[in-house]
Amino acid sequence: MSAAGMTVETPDVLVVGAGPAGLAAADAARNAGARVVLLDAAGDAGGQYWRHLPAERPAANERILHHGWDRFTALRGQEILTDAQVWLAERHDDRPPTLHVLVGPADGRDRVPRTFAPKALVLATGAYERTLPFPGWDLPGVFTAGAAQALAKSERVAVGRRVLVAGAGPFLLPVASSLIRTGAEVVGVLEANGWPRLGRGWSRRPTELLATRHKTGELAGYVRDLARHRIPYRAATAVVAAHGAGQVSSVTVARLDPRWAPIPGTSRDISVDAVCVSHGFVPRVELAVSAGCGLDAYGAVVTDHDGRTTVPGVYAAGEITGIGGADLALAEGVVAGLAAAGATASDAQRRSLSENQRFAARLEAAHGIRPGWVGWLGDDTTVCRCEEVTAGDLRAGAAATGSRGLRSLRLSTRAGLGVCQGRVCGRTVEELLHRHTGGLLDPGRTEQRPLAAFVRLGELAAAEEQEHS
Amino acid sequence: METQYDPVRPGETSPITIIVDGTPVRGLNGQTVAGVLMGAGRLAWRTTRNGRPRGVFCGIGVCHDCLVAVNGLSDVRACQRRAADGDSISTEAQA
Repeated sequence: MSAAGMTVETPDVLVVGAGPAGLAAADAARNAGARVVLLDAAGDAGGQYWRHLPAERPAANERILHHGWDRFTALRGQEILTDAQVWLAERHDDRPPTLHVLVGPADGRDRVPRTFAPKALVLATGAYERTLPFPGWDLPGVFTAGAAQALAKSERVAVGRRVLVAGAGPFLLPVASSLIRTGAEVVGVLEANGWPRLGRGWSRRPTELLATRHKTGELAGYVRDLARHRIPYRAATAVVAAHGAGQVSSVTVARLDPRWAPIPGTSRDISVDAVCVSHGFVPRVELAVSAGCGLDAYGAVVTDHDGRTTVPGVYAAGEITGIGGADLALAEGVVAGLAAAGATASDAQRRSLSENQRFAARLEAAHGIRPGWVGWLGDDTTVCRCEEVTAGDLRAGAAATGSRGLRSLRLSTRAGLGVCQGRVCGRTVEELLHRHTGGLLDPGRTEQRPLAAFVRLGELAAAEEQEHS
Repeated sequence: METQYDPVRPGETSPITIIVDGTPVRGLNGQTVAGVLMGAGRLAWRTTRNGRPRGVFCGIGVCHDCLVAVNGLSDVRACQRRAADGDSISTEAQA
């Protein structure tokens, strides 16, 4: 690189993602004496968990929408490079990858390129929601539960007046609470799993819950909110269709069997103007994949007890290592941040990690997706929202080509090839094709994206020119 | 939500106006383009190639359903872009 070219910055530790895991990792690494750069693609720190009103509207009573707000206010004081989008990880054999970053307004044209070649890299890129398709899920007024949460927390906008919250997992409860506090009427919370499975998942070995009792208290608070507002919580029930002309006006809900297949004769319609759906989370691993990190069977980044990935000098913490919530993310962040800075976590810090990991295992046992959900798909149900590929198109594509290759079937059906690059439908497309083909030969490829983020060709050319000038 | 009834008690902020397909829409400084549109009661603003309406779906920049053009630059995620007073938003001809 010439002297006139772009400077490559070489911090001891570069942390990507300023949610709970990244904030904790950067803080721990700084306290261990490392020179740290912490960056985030968003305009503010906190990640999705601690999303909040922007600096232009600082709220007096922000904490009522949050748990662990004091921990956040303590962590957010550190230096954070915001509006910084990593778009490429350039891999090396013997050291962490070089990260190429654009800094400026989201999807802008004249963002400032910066390049980091850190001694150690901590990836804390979090997760996004998995929302299973159903007829009408592409109608305006159908949101992920996370969208409802984001609009409530950082905009103070409720996604509707009469809102149903549905899907699987404890995340449905804080979403209902935020909606109530944003002025919406929540007409119900539907959990796909039945009480027997929920009971087995949550009450086995109750002593383990003592260690994560703050989390139990958090859930109890949400349950009190439901009771106070007389909001029904129904187990073994799901939204199986949304209806409306141009936007949602009603949904069909049905009872589910333990495999999540709708039980015939149990469906009824409910009038709503919005529905918020979440069936769990997908680790946001594209950077980790570009960096060469190994993934486990669930698509999460494999780490050892210090947060080391399979790539030398690259660490991972938080939801990208497996979905477990903010407490686990904070604990993992501390341990990975210390290790990345060349320090060692104490036994107590490691213990807090393993307690939280047991919570994550319970979460999967009680709320993980079951295969019967395909029973609510019709042939004309959209699966890939970007390219508008239906469940019938996938079935026909598999039958017509006889292919068992995910890559070739995606190319022939166009499923997952749209602007979101399969982030929304990828796992669903893989699962459906797996059934139709009798087993895919190359599952998991949806996660492989050469560019970690959407980037304009003009910006690439400008960055290139700067590098070679 | 109306600030005077909001239990979160947001601080004072200045109003902004953005121009959406030629029509002024009022919002608050600090909101995203999607926040301004939804705050004004708009649920959908993009049309797919099959003619289906779309607006916000994921709300965190993943799904790209909410794309708009901002000041002539297309393919900007409305849920990620902070709105600036006077921004000109076009909802036509998005990917």
